[in-house]
Amino acid sequence: MVSIQSVCTSPSSLTYHDLPWIVQHREDRCTLCGRCTSICPVQAIYLTYRRQRMPKLDILQKKRGSDYRHFVGIRQRTNIENKCIGCGMCSMVCPNEAITPTPNSNEDRSLFHINQKGEAWKRGGRRNVSGRTILDRIIFDRISMLTDPALDAGRHEFSTSTILGRILPPEEFLRRKAAGEWIPPTREIFPFIIGSMSFGALSPNMWLGLLQGVAYCNEVLGIPVVMATGEGGCPPWVLKSPFLKYIILQIASGYFGWDEIIRAIPEMQCDPAAIEIKYGQGAKPGDGGLLMWFKVSKLIARLRGVPEGVDLPSPPVHQTLYSIEESVMKMIQTMSMAFGFRVPVYPKISGSTSAKSVLNNLVRNPYAGGLLIDGMDGGTGAAYNISMDATGHPIASNLRECYLDLVAQGRQNEIPLFAAGGIGKNGNVTQNGMALIMLGASGVHIGKYIMQSTAGCLGNEIGRCNVCNLGLCPKGITSQNPKLFRRLDPDEVAQRVVDVYMTINTEIKKIMAPLGRSQSLPIGMSDALGIDDHAAAERLQIKYVC
Amino acid sequence: MCRLALKTADTPFSPYEVLTAMEAMQEGFDGSGLGLLLRGIHFDDFNYRIDQPILSGIAHTEEALQRLDEYMAGQGYELKYDHEFTITRGIVEAQDREKYIIRVYKDPVGAEPSQEATEQRYMQVRLDLRRDGEEHGGDLTVFSFWPQVVMIKEVGWPLAVGDALGLHDGRIKARVVMAQGRQNTNYGINLYACHPFFIQGIATMTNGENTAFVPIKEWLTGKQIPGYLGYQSDSEVFTHILHYVLKKLKLPLETYKHVITPLKTSELDVHPQGDFLKGLRTACRRLIIDGPNAVIGTLPDETSLLVMDHKKMRPASVGGRPGAWAFASEICGVDALIPDRDRSLDFQPMREHTVIIPPHRKEMVIWSQFNQFALPQAA
Ligand code: SF4
Ligand code: SF4
Repeated sequence: MVSIQSVCTSPSSLTYHDLPWIVQHREDRCTLCGRCTSICPVQAIYLTYRRQRMPKLDILQKKRGSDYRHFVGIRQRTNIENKCIGCGMCSMVCPNEAITPTPNSNEDRSLFHINQKGEAWKRGGRRNVSGRTILDRIIFDRISMLTDPALDAGRHEFSTSTILGRILPPEEFLRRKAAGEWIPPTREIFPFIIGSMSFGALSPNMWLGLLQGVAYCNEVLGIPVVMATGEGGCPPWVLKSPFLKYIILQIASGYFGWDEIIRAIPEMQCDPAAIEIKYGQGAKPGDGGLLMWFKVSKLIARLRGVPEGVDLPSPPVHQTLYSIEESVMKMIQTMSMAFGFRVPVYPKISGSTSAKSVLNNLVRNPYAGGLLIDGMDGGTGAAYNISMDATGHPIASNLRECYLDLVAQGRQNEIPLFAAGGIGKNGNVTQNGMALIMLGASGVHIGKYIMQSTAGCLGNEIGRCNVCNLGLCPKGITSQNPKLFRRLDPDEVAQRVVDVYMTINTEIKKIMAPLGRSQSLPIGMSDALGIDDHAAAERLQIKYVC
Repeated sequence: MCRLALKTADTPFSPYEVLTAMEAMQEGFDGSGLGLLLRGIHFDDFNYRIDQPILSGIAHTEEALQRLDEYMAGQGYELKYDHEFTITRGIVEAQDREKYIIRVYKDPVGAEPSQEATEQRYMQVRLDLRRDGEEHGGDLTVFSFWPQVVMIKEVGWPLAVGDALGLHDGRIKARVVMAQGRQNTNYGINLYACHPFFIQGIATMTNGENTAFVPIKEWLTGKQIPGYLGYQSDSEVFTHILHYVLKKLKLPLETYKHVITPLKTSELDVHPQGDFLKGLRTACRRLIIDGPNAVIGTLPDETSLLVMDHKKMRPASVGGRPGAWAFASEICGVDALIPDRDRSLDFQPMREHTVIIPPHRKEMVIWSQFNQFALPQAA
């Protein structure tokens, strides 16, 4: 047996069979071009010299011996910080299909060692729960056929827009109209909203691509798509541009970027679509935001009014305020006032069993323009793994409960509910969104789906990539490093945004037509929903079908 | 598809006329039901005073009838006339019809005379009796309690129901008759699910399917307005929306169309009342109907109206002459009701139209949603 001292091992020594991804490298195909090693975002692979024994047999002398050859090969690192993240960039750049990551079917032992130096694991991405979601399982089963000619999704006209903003009860609307009093502002928008992803989290190219795509949808296709900024403001040229009307500005507990926004108000050509006040985020409830120092580039530092290269944590709560009720009340009022009561202001909270009490509070607040509930399947740029995996509330039942609460009070038309968190997680974006709409949402916010579909984000639900927090994004989506974000062409992102929205628009019609709906978005049309799970059906108060 | 027919005329006529017109459109029914609403009533054997409320319904047991009598007496209503139909048994299937009730009452002495209080009181009587029936296994069904209005609903082939009740005998006549054959087949068969639906003098009936039924029903129910209940049929919400627009929002009749099938934004942008109508559309967003529908309604002042869904996916025709007009799902229905008219003046409303026959019946008013209308309170 080999002596103990000569074996190089420590408690956290792992071999590549212990890691989530194993890099398969075919030496016979490799030409040693080095592209894979240079693109790998985490330096999981390296070129290295190896020595190989060549058996040597001297027949005449009847002697056996060895020769040695040196060669350059590619090897996988096994230390935690360089473990392969399965992004697949190496295979994407390899000209000879010589390298690829494969998911390890063995257990992932790196999970036991990811907390080196007492640092709890932080990552970007999503919750890492794969498989069909409850939303994926909801079907639209009330086909209007018995007495009707069904609608034709291609030929008929469909109204697919929704309303964002406080809606008065009809009696009150008429009273105020007659008296010439203030009517709360509303917006007619497309019900699939690009959810808040901050200008710091996203690269400038990604942001520009999204904005270009959104502008095209509005101005050329007539699909009134809006996008939310996330915390951290908005570039000044956008604030002063006519595109601002497609943008929901977010204010969060760090108040980053708001100096710039407030200063730009006098020069704004139009009002923003809305103001979103972030109280919580589905992926990491109770956690503030965190923009790591390496993402605080010169531009970001200027937008946010902070020094370059420092960590930018947003506290979990809005510091200046005593309770959420007071906070919601004051902030909504302040924001409404800042924009002359012409812009809807609404809070975003994380999915939670306490969502109903926030909602009831809003119902009594005449300035509240809606409520966005973000379920736990949502994504994020950076959070503790534990928060992402284990805290929060799934969106479906949370949203449904809140909607039914409004129904019981007869207020369901007054405070539009928006839902987020895991919509399109498995690609079924329209189906997931429409299911939520029929459960009572006025619209949905989609973030991860947009990153995946419009920019080719590599993240998935089994831990692939998810290094958004490190500024290493191999696709250039969530990095402020010009070397990385130049990989992303804003025009191509814009094109994909347009592709995505044209498709969602068609698919909405394809769902609405057989239900016999065309005049208005089928918000709360729960009689059209069925699910193959008894307990879920009961909880959501929809039909059980099998 | 169901078939609808309405006739309105200066001289009272027998409801049987309308039933024969329905026969002309017969491929449309499956014989699952008949609903009739008569307005502007004339009884052959009773000198009816036009402000006396008439109770319409069915008592399925003797006991129910007794309870009804006790209730009405308790409320101070005095029975003035009890219409006895000339019943021929065995034509309709249902066996448990103890008595088809058409009864005229005299208001309680000292009842608050204001119009609003009276309307509330009449509705309360209907709702109380309906609940009483529901609490007793459905042994009492009450359709309306209102002056000048008689309602008959029964399961069966329309003409057969007319024969069973002897409606051809001319003992009841009316100036307005609404009739609908076939129940809503989407939900359960139930007498209350038979069109027309009625609330405080307002009645509508529909040919079609309201696919936005559930969200609308939830919204109306949440309003907690007395009488907004039932919803055994998806079409009942049309009646309540009309009631809500006229009685609760106190808006003119034209607004009904703007509430149930609002114009789209680009159309409202160029509408003279676009700003108001956009706001109204948002505020009444949950009342937007969907699906193919032709809605026919009548009001207490004997106004009749007809509106289509936004895609005009259901047929309906109007024809007539000064003094007599008819709405029907098919032109042959109009022919049967008013043969002596100028057919070239017949009208088939499009998606933007509301056809109104005013109480004087001199003309048919075709109002388009694109036109301006008188809006008293819109600033
Ligand atoms: S899959 Fe990604 S992380 Fe893994 S070796 Fe390839 S480039 Fe590096
Ligand atoms: S591709 Fe970029 S945005 Fe997507 S998971 Fe990887 S690091 Fe995050």
